[in-house]
Amino acid sequence: MKTAQEHNQSYNYAFLDEPSKREIRRKTLKAVAIPGYQVPFASRELPIARGWGTGGLQLTLSLIGDDDCVKVIDQGSDDSVNAVSIRNLVQETTNVSVTTQTEAATIIQSRHRIPEVPLTPEQVLVLQVPKPEPLRNVESSEKRTRIQHGEKNYNAMWLELYEDIVKWDHALFDADYPVMVHGRYLMAPSPIPRWDTPKLHQSSFLTLLGAGREKKIYAVPPYTDVEPLQFDDYPFQVESFNSKACTRCGSTDVFLEENTDETNGEVHYQCSDTAYCNKVLDEKGGR
Amino acid sequence: MSLVESPLLSIRNFYKKYGDGCLFCTTDSESENPYMDGNRCLECGTVWACRNLNFDLYQGEILGIVGESGSGKSTLVKSLFFNEEPTYGEMYLASYRDGEQNVFDCSHQTKRYLQNHELGMVDQNPYHGLRMDYSSGGNIAEKLIAADYSHVGQMVERAEELLEKVEIPVARMNEPPRKFSGGMQQRVQISKALANRPPLLLLGEITTGLDLSVQARVLDLIRTIQQELKVSMIVISHDLGVIRMLTDRTLVLNQGRIVENGLTDQIMEDPQHAYTQLLVHSLL
Ligand SMILES: Nc1ncnc2c1ncn2[C@@H]1O[C@H](COP(=O)(O)OP(=O)(O)OP(=O)(O)O)[C@@H](O)[C@H]1O
Ligand SMILES: [Mg+2]
Ligand SMILES: [Zn+2]
Repeated sequence: MKTAQEHNQSYNYAFLDEPSKREIRRKTLKAVAIPGYQVPFASRELPIARGWGTGGLQLTLSLIGDDDCVKVIDQGSDDSVNAVSIRNLVQETTNVSVTTQTEAATIIQSRHRIPEVPLTPEQVLVLQVPKPEPLRNVESSEKRTRIQHGEKNYNAMWLELYEDIVKWDHALFDADYPVMVHGRYLMAPSPIPRWDTPKLHQSSFLTLLGAGREKKIYAVPPYTDVEPLQFDDYPFQVESFNSKACTRCGSTDVFLEENTDETNGEVHYQCSDTAYCNKVLDEKGGR
Repeated sequence: MSLVESPLLSIRNFYKKYGDGCLFCTTDSESENPYMDGNRCLECGTVWACRNLNFDLYQGEILGIVGESGSGKSTLVKSLFFNEEPTYGEMYLASYRDGEQNVFDCSHQTKRYLQNHELGMVDQNPYHGLRMDYSSGGNIAEKLIAADYSHVGQMVERAEELLEKVEIPVARMNEPPRKFSGGMQQRVQISKALANRPPLLLLGEITTGLDLSVQARVLDLIRTIQQELKVSMIVISHDLGVIRMLTDRTLVLNQGRIVENGLTDQIMEDPQHAYTQLLVHSLL
């Protein structure tokens, strides 16, 4: 009979072979040494389709050890199908513990959100990245974007921002708002809402960003400046919820998701970070 | 006070080749080289688009560069704007390190800084010089952003001021140049080139492809701008009429070499070189 343990051992620890993990670690170190710079790496095949978080997953798998505790979230939720399947894969191939509690995790792999609870120096945030090149929308040639990064020439992006403001009176970048990392490289912070962008600035924790399809790794080391592009007279602004509160836990100082009740058409707001919402409810003894 | 004014721009021993060059063509002397057919090496096929150019440009002066097709005019302006790497040569700008540093030797970053702060360029083809899908105001803002503006309100104000100067209705500022006529597109390019108040403006063959009446308006505009802003200019043309109308001094290029250099009026009235004589007489 086949036991769970035998099944685990049909893979190498953390699925990837050792040379692959070593290569990813080397590239990660380079990324940490040059904050915001996109380091190319040989993205591996995983039993998950590229474009479904394989960049983040490869970072997590090359980083993980027996002492780790992993949390995986997708748009703030631990329970979405993608989060669950990534978490299962990690657990099945490593046997490390997993959690939904932000505070308990040592590695947090996420798509589209940074948890509401402030992360600590002991934690690593791994963000899944669909489009690592912040200049791609304004410059289609890879050769030219490389030159622009090399020369720190981000005029095309500034012009985009100018055009938006002149036409719409505000920046149209919504999620994935372009940021300057330590005054040197322009970086796509992955499609986190603007709400989360300031959490990367001078943060105490390490953020690693991985793009599986585009084969790039980049990083924001602790205590690094992360500044959104903004003109003097049009400062960067996070989303405003007009002091709406989560209908479940009552929180106001969080990123809210808008849901429309299909039966009566009423609009409800709920915490996008479900673990945070549960925590607040628990503390209130409301569950 | 020194009696001799120092030039704003000096070009020395400027060469530009397209091709690898060979022993037969790299030992270029002023006397005729039997291995060269004009500017092209018969042995290796390399084109020496500019050959040993030397000239100065003074504050407030308009210098014309005239020559037939293929004589090296565009190659020269592209190099002055750092869009081409010279093969040899020196370029000095009075505004950079007191004109003592050969800026061709500077880093890419320095060249880009000079491009953004010290130079303006109007391309022969507005499709090269403008982003046709961005607003006209945005095209001007691009130059301002490059020159370190960081305030939208100030940029909009400056763009309005510039468009007014080139007689484009401010109401059309948010329209893309794609929707404009050829003459209007050239005027947007001129306003963009002037945006950062550069001491030196490089004008490609900006009247090419424009109707005569439109040409005349663009040329008028350039004269007005020069009188108002006292900006120095290099005007490239193969049209002696344009050169006569705009410039104080003229260089005549032939096969990549300067064959005549003098006051425009004098060159027009009494051309010395056989090639210039041909040009002038064909104009008449
Ligand atoms: N990228 C290039 N590769 C090879 N040869 C080139 C290149 N650009 C220019 N040349 C050659 O250099 C010479 C000078 O060309 P240039 O474009 O400077 O002439 P021009 O005086 O501007 O001519 P025109 O009046 O037709 O615009 C020509 O013989 C041309 O064929
Ligand atoms: Mg030309
Ligand atoms: Zn809640």
